[in-house]
Amino acid sequence: MSSDTQPSGDAAAPTEAELRQRLEDLEAQLADLEAAVGDDQKQMTIVATKGTLDMAYPPLILASTAAAFGWDVVVFHTFWGLDILHEEKSKNLKLSAVGNPSMPMPNALAALPGMDAMATRMMEKKIDENNTATIEELIELSLDSGVDLQACQMTIELMDYDEDDFYDGVTTGVGAATALQHMADSDVQLLV
Amino acid sequence: MSTKFDVTETLDVQGASCPMPVVKTKQAIDDLEEGEVLEVVATDSGSMSDIEGWAAGTDGVELLAQEEGDGVYKHYVEKTA
Repeated sequence: MSSDTQPSGDAAAPTEAELRQRLEDLEAQLADLEAAVGDDQKQMTIVATKGTLDMAYPPLILASTAAAFGWDVVVFHTFWGLDILHEEKSKNLKLSAVGNPSMPMPNALAALPGMDAMATRMMEKKIDENNTATIEELIELSLDSGVDLQACQMTIELMDYDEDDFYDGVTTGVGAATALQHMADSDVQLLV
Repeated sequence: MSTKFDVTETLDVQGASCPMPVVKTKQAIDDLEEGEVLEVVATDSGSMSDIEGWAAGTDGVELLAQEEGDGVYKHYVEKTA
């Protein structure tokens, strides 16, 4: 083997023509690979872990919009995120007044009984006035546009939920491996 | 505010906010034939950027024009494939 520090003459450095040829070969290879992978449909996986009213919106808004782009979308719901898919609970999601610096009151007051309910009512009124879609509407819309809303089996059992508690069309019987598989192929992965 | 496009269908999403204008536009476009033009009438100011972004990132549609006036935003989208 020749030394790295002493390139010996013309054999060591490739010519510009050789480099160009190499580049062309690689570009052709890349084009073949892209063709083999097939369509350029984008894919997104969102993991939804929170079940408060404010945290229920972003996954559903992004999912339904991505579906409108023609993307293949999975939203994997786990822990409190399951409440978004729970037909009854989804209509009753709450906002927390405590620990929310955007609330116009100090935490000491926000912790008083009834404050969460009040904050929730205020937000619901805003949602109504602003004509913002309800969580239920966004779920129906997402399912209609082909979004795969998945409910984590382990947390269904942990929370003592029944598969029938969820909206029709929700995928149950899935776990972390299913989510990871879709995530690995996704262009966009988000944890909410 | 008059338009030179031959509009096939008009979608009224006045009052609706994100993500409805984009999602409803996509649904309405699906019902059109190639070459037909959809007019979207919205009051959501975010729809100007959102529908532009959606059209740019979606195959088979072309945003022909956007108009704005009196709090109403109009979008003209052609189905190209």
